[in-house]
Amino acid sequence: MKTGTLKQILLITDGCSNQGEDPFAMAALAKEQGITVNVIGVMEQDVIDEQGMNEIEGIAMSGGGVSQVVYSQQLSQTVQMVTRKAMTQTLQGVVNKELQQILGGSRTMEDLPPDQRGEVMEVVDELGETVELEVLVLVDTSASMKHKLPTVKEALLDLSLSLNARSGDNRFSVFVFPGKKKDVEKLLDWTPNLESLTSIFSKLTTGGITPTGPAIHEALNHFKKKRSLRSLLSRDDESFFEESV
Amino acid sequence: MMMNHSLKSQCKVNPGTVIEGKWHRNRYTIIKELGYGANGIVYLAKNQNQQVALKMSDNGMSITSEVNVLKSFAKVQGSALGPSLLDVDDWERRSGKVSFYIMEYIQGPDLLTFIQQKGPSWTGVLIVQLLNDLDALHKAGWVFGDLKPDNLIVTGPPSKIRTIDVGGTTIQGRAIKEFTEFYDRGYWGLGTRKAEPAYDLFAAAMILINTAYPKRFAKTTGDLKQLKLMVRQKKELLKYEDVILNALQGQYSSAGEMRNDMLQLTRANPAQRSTVSRNPGQTASPQQASRQMHRQKKQKGSFFETLLITLIVTLLYFLYIYGQLL
Repeated sequence: MKTGTLKQILLITDGCSNQGEDPFAMAALAKEQGITVNVIGVMEQDVIDEQGMNEIEGIAMSGGGVSQVVYSQQLSQTVQMVTRKAMTQTLQGVVNKELQQILGGSRTMEDLPPDQRGEVMEVVDELGETVELEVLVLVDTSASMKHKLPTVKEALLDLSLSLNARSGDNRFSVFVFPGKKKDVEKLLDWTPNLESLTSIFSKLTTGGITPTGPAIHEALNHFKKKRSLRSLLSRDDESFFEESV
Repeated sequence: MMMNHSLKSQCKVNPGTVIEGKWHRNRYTIIKELGYGANGIVYLAKNQNQQVALKMSDNGMSITSEVNVLKSFAKVQGSALGPSLLDVDDWERRSGKVSFYIMEYIQGPDLLTFIQQKGPSWTGVLIVQLLNDLDALHKAGWVFGDLKPDNLIVTGPPSKIRTIDVGGTTIQGRAIKEFTEFYDRGYWGLGTRKAEPAYDLFAAAMILINTAYPKRFAKTTGDLKQLKLMVRQKKELLKYEDVILNALQGQYSSAGEMRNDMLQLTRANPAQRSTVSRNPGQTASPQQASRQMHRQKKQKGSFFETLLITLIVTLLYFLYIYGQLL
């Protein structure tokens, strides 16, 4: 089976957006472009805020991704779990499409008898191990996130450790919002591992507003920019996962 | 965590509920909940007066994945690598379809509870048993992955350690599917998350440490130094220090190797203690001598191993070139 590149946006935030475009709409736009949006809500030890929770779930739902709300201590394990879960979900979608072409109708993996389902699952596992992956991390650096940032950094280093154990290639990019001058600021351009993050992260300043929508929008543009640059160099970038699943 | 919460509500089943499979039409009566994790809930259930364990999840993928692992375990003869698989099916309820599988019910306390009840003299034996099972599992091409005391049950009598929950079990060479931070070498900065035997052996060493610190401990410096310090602070760990440190640093290439060292220590122990009481000046010297000899032997062995591997690789390369020319 031909594999393209899986594209994901990983949004790490602790609350509600309060500026710019509607984040749900931006997430839906991402989905249309074949980019999955996953959201991790980092909470304080105390009560979980209802409105923030709805937004976290809503963005992931519009973006065809996975959401999870955690206390900051559990962040590392969650970040890698959510990323992998979303990968499997996307790959399952691709495999289901192939199955529908073979079997006809609207039959998916879940409709197969358990034995055959197992064989298809092996294909999904194999793809998950070898597929190329691009993760654009969007970190909320509004004031309330300030003391959680060291944990976020740890979690991201941990994510690159997990994903780099796969045999497929990975590329990461990190954006923060709000940025120093603009709504969104690029911290790290596409790179195979996140080690260089350590020095940059300690210099981060936090600001007041939370422009989640514009941040997702900017992230989409960054995916596009890279694509056009690469298409100058090679012609094989006709991604398999472009269409919405 | 939110996910556990939602998962629990979707697969929550009351005792007495009868679960009938869509494909094989077997009926199981739920007796009680045995436990739950990130990937589903395990229940004790009854089918024609036989007690079985039933695992269900609304994430059908993870169920299918685990079933694949258990099926391939069943093909390995002569050893019980995990619980044996009895049935796989879907249960259709009004709220949707839930995938489940039925496995042998392994009864007993988990490793830490057992050692707390029976005393630390069991630690060595059980870890040796575990390493035996891991060796077989590795030889079959797998790595257990999420190795931790919660996933180890001591059945008996006679007491025997068994692994449950194959959710993290991964084909060697791939990325570990699931892990728990305390037992993960990546978390301690001591290695990658690639599935290889040494990954499980690191976890085995952490389990040994865990027996002396049942509540675990937090990461401070998060490196070998901290773990070394924790080992040295407990008398019951000190006697396994060499083995633990070797495993933490990935110096064992197979579970068998670690098992042999472990056996030597457990065996040498009573003798060593008697030497200590008789002649306090000469603690453990015979044992040290024997370990040094062991190491020398190992070095010689590794030289031949390297030579052999080089030869084989060269041969393969020539064959490849030959193939390309044709």
